[in-house]
Amino acid sequence: MRPFSYARPASLGETFDLLDSAGPGEIRPLVGGTDLIVGLQSGRIRPDVVVDLKHLADLPAGIEQVDGRLRISAPTSLTDIIGDARIRTWFPALAEAASTVGSVQIRNRASLTGNICNASPAFDTGPALLVHDAVVLLSSRDGDRRVPVADFVLGPRRTDLRAGEIATAVELPVPETPLRASFARLTRRRGVDLATLSLCCVVGPRRTRFAFGAVAPRPFVVDDDSGVLADPSSSPEDRDEVLRAMTAQASPITDVRGGADYRQAMLLVLGRRALAAARSRPVQSQPDGAR
Amino acid sequence: MTGATRRDGYPVRVTVNGAARTVEVSSTETLLDALRWNLDLTGSKECCAEGECGACTVLVDGRAVNSCLVLAVESDGLDITTVEGLETGGPAGGRLSRLQDAFLEKGAVQCGFCIPGMVMAAQALLNENPHPRPDEVREGLAGNLCRCAGYQRIVDAVLLAAEEDA
Repeated sequence: MRPFSYARPASLGETFDLLDSAGPGEIRPLVGGTDLIVGLQSGRIRPDVVVDLKHLADLPAGIEQVDGRLRISAPTSLTDIIGDARIRTWFPALAEAASTVGSVQIRNRASLTGNICNASPAFDTGPALLVHDAVVLLSSRDGDRRVPVADFVLGPRRTDLRAGEIATAVELPVPETPLRASFARLTRRRGVDLATLSLCCVVGPRRTRFAFGAVAPRPFVVDDDSGVLADPSSSPEDRDEVLRAMTAQASPITDVRGGADYRQAMLLVLGRRALAAARSRPVQSQPDGAR
Repeated sequence: MTGATRRDGYPVRVTVNGAARTVEVSSTETLLDALRWNLDLTGSKECCAEGECGACTVLVDGRAVNSCLVLAVESDGLDITTVEGLETGGPAGGRLSRLQDAFLEKGAVQCGFCIPGMVMAAQALLNENPHPRPDEVREGLAGNLCRCAGYQRIVDAVLLAAEEDA
């Protein structure tokens, strides 16, 4: 690991001071560290300063409901997100996707904002965040701005994060009517593997929405308003045709986890499964022990 | 702790296996390095150093964590349990825990390198779920690799420890 200095600011204000005072070298925020430290060890990431965001008095770990949105603060671990009754009820595909990240050990440290900001094309929570219209809250001395995850991730390892900004939370609009959502993922082994491909499906009364990960430079979302996928009486052939059209944007690559042709073929297979799973999912409108 | 040029000499106060300890670390040391080299607790192993194998698993505030993916300097204030902390009756002349005994009884240990991490991941699982099903044990240990013997006896050992605890 190349030497760097470590800073533990106590407030957002102190964090912005650090970002402003940083020299030409790179400054890296640290939350869970499960991607950052791998990058530091390999030398891929060579910051001059690492700023630990886990001790800011005005940015505690936690999930709160604000104006019809569920706000997950940056220091919140994936384990705490998976265990939250509101997440499990309103965003079941996100709970499912988050529970496939790495291992118990990884999920106990890793954060959702970190998973987004790391911007891997295969990031597991990507499709779920896209189908649920998740937004990244970016904070700087000049104020906040909100950017949909779909726009924030620009491509492999590239985001719309600007100098002087940090990602402080992820926000999810609480659905007015319960959604039937599902997550599907293909890996070579069950634990600690990156996705060969992953996808999420949300079935509404007419519109069906799919988001796909690991088959393009960044996850993408597609809506079907034809009603074919939502219609229980549509034929498998018709459904396949719609699914094929929805995956047309996919441009999978060949790598150690799978060939491009294989990934393309599996998109349809997993798409069918996710659709069936979402349609058969019982809908619960209020979290257990509703508050 | 906001100096922009400091690289080492960070004081870190942690509770390790119930005892308050203070160590001085550099920014590039991991928690695993600090445990092994500063505190002489060599039960936790370094293997992949990227969160794939789980050989470095310790409990941080009760939860299983890869200590190779935590900076020593960010550990300030944490409560850490290593495999050495599972013994009862003190590190010298103490008794193995029921879970550790179960690993021996089931012959779950061959070369032993992965075992401290396996035991700590299993301990974290049993703390949360005292009576796991076999599939829950496998999920709880999915972040731990064994490369010489196999998983069946390890799973059996965890199930035995859970059963004895009933």
